[in-house]
Amino acid sequence: MSTDKITAHNLKVAYGDKVIIKNADFAVKENDIFIIMGGSGSGKSSLLRVLTGLMPPAGGTFYINGKDYPKADAEQKLEIMKKVGILYQSGGLFSSMTLAENIALPLQKYSNYPDETIKELVNLKLSLVGLGGFGDYYPAEISGGMKKRAGLARALALDPEIVYFDEPSAGLDPVSSARLDNLMKDINQSLGTTLVVVTHELDSIFSIGTNSVFLDADSKTITARGNPHELLKNPPNQTVYNFLTRGGKDEKRTK
Amino acid sequence: MPNLDFVINGDVLKVALSGDFLHFAGNPDLYQTAGSTRVKSIIVDGKNIGKWDSSLLLVLFELAQIAKQRQIVLEKDNLPPGLNRMLDLSLAVKPHTDTVLANKSDFLERLGGWGIDIWQIFNKGLDFVLENVGALFRFLKGKTVTRKIDFLFALEDCGPKAVGIVSLISFMVGLILAFVGAIQLKTFGAQIYVASLVTIGMTRIMGAIMAGVIMAGRTGASFAATLGTMQVNEEIDALKTMGIPVADFLILPRLAALVLVMPLLTMLADFMGMLGGGFVGILLLDISAGEYWKYSWEAWDMVNFWVGVFHGFVFGFIIALCGCYYGVNSGRNADGVGVATTRAVVSSIVWMIVATGVITAIFERLGI
Repeated sequence: MSTDKITAHNLKVAYGDKVIIKNADFAVKENDIFIIMGGSGSGKSSLLRVLTGLMPPAGGTFYINGKDYPKADAEQKLEIMKKVGILYQSGGLFSSMTLAENIALPLQKYSNYPDETIKELVNLKLSLVGLGGFGDYYPAEISGGMKKRAGLARALALDPEIVYFDEPSAGLDPVSSARLDNLMKDINQSLGTTLVVVTHELDSIFSIGTNSVFLDADSKTITARGNPHELLKNPPNQTVYNFLTRGGKDEKRTK
Repeated sequence: MPNLDFVINGDVLKVALSGDFLHFAGNPDLYQTAGSTRVKSIIVDGKNIGKWDSSLLLVLFELAQIAKQRQIVLEKDNLPPGLNRMLDLSLAVKPHTDTVLANKSDFLERLGGWGIDIWQIFNKGLDFVLENVGALFRFLKGKTVTRKIDFLFALEDCGPKAVGIVSLISFMVGLILAFVGAIQLKTFGAQIYVASLVTIGMTRIMGAIMAGVIMAGRTGASFAATLGTMQVNEEIDALKTMGIPVADFLILPRLAALVLVMPLLTMLADFMGMLGGGFVGILLLDISAGEYWKYSWEAWDMVNFWVGVFHGFVFGFIIALCGCYYGVNSGRNADGVGVATTRAVVSSIVWMIVATGVITAIFERLGI
């Protein structure tokens, strides 16, 4: 029986007085590829900032592996986040470090592996994302798609139980985007890693998503939840239908 | 507990894996054995593997690479499906073999390369200066796309916001100048000439240099960082594609503001330096206030004062141009912005010293 990796209770996201999301309740189950979707300005990235601990919630709380994250102290938060990997929208690689140094950093800081093993692990992680042999390159010397894959290799460095993705397809061509989607599915199925993906790319949503929530910019709440294919078959409201069919232009997906 | 056993049976290396492999340290003997010429194939038995992480994947990855290198068979059919798939995935793409080009040229080649680089930098810098001087003329004719608000923001940043730090540092420099001068002058009983020393020193050059160094570190660096970040965010590309000259829109407001403000800051630095000197003279060297100001006034020379202000004006040009030049030519990443900022400050200071030397030589020749 699958257990919940992340649960949010009455979560509220706000910048000062400006509320972005309110009354958010959802559960991400183990081994899910959980999609946080919604139109521009619906608060997807803000919600991710809260879930990754970059911003405190304005109300409510959320649990990662059963632990109340906002209430945890700094040391506990660090322990929780060691089991979490994050792939930022532009990769988030440190520009002054080579790809190998970027990936080695979390291993050097949080694992007890000797230097030689870390070097081999870095090579393995790079090979896993199809970047074997690129360890000595700097982020500025590789393409956007390669940066994302290198960012993913760094996110996977510590064998996390959960990986967050912020707009993984943004800025990628369709082939690179599909390749990244396949890689995410492989990681999810092979390692059992739970993936939380913020995206509005419909191809990705239908290709990888096993569960989802839809954030509505007008009501500032979650107005739909469930498997994206199920939501397309039985859209709970017109906004969700419009979103999933590009305003009705993509009806073939429903057939 | 992880359990890794291996045995050579004929020419087959049999590897048996059982238990949980979490943070497994690996086994170098296994790789050595797999690499020996006796072994013609490797069979991995993984049906009793429990939990696993990257450390086990790494063992299999290393074995697979040895097998590939030695062109021998690796059988791994009964591994857990996820582990098998991850191993296949990590072996799917052929490793990239092109190495980053290393600079292995000889000394003469490098020397030539540096010469060409310096010539290109000089040309690029000269083009930049001429472009901005041209923009300044167009600005005076009212033919530039310059926003008044940008100019006012730059003016506020270079002027009122810099008054505090320029005042404080100049006061301290005047104080130090008086102290250092007093040590020598006291031996002749001529400490009263501290007033003349500070007045001439600050008005002729020290006020302008101090204001220049402070503004290079404060405002020049800020120009480079702001424009560098705009380069990273593709704002400068957007301007160029819109056909709006970068010089008009981004550089002119900053250049005009700093050129306008630097002479005023130089005057402020002169005054604060003299005040600092007076503080030492009156309170620590027992010179009466009246006497101190009398000698200061006698040493005051309007020519020195205007020479100092002229230096300030030139320094304003140098700082603004260096900050903006390195900002708009910054690399497109965090490192690039850092390098641009450093270069802006260093080159501002170097060019200020060069300019001081040139101006001093010219004025000396003209008898000023």
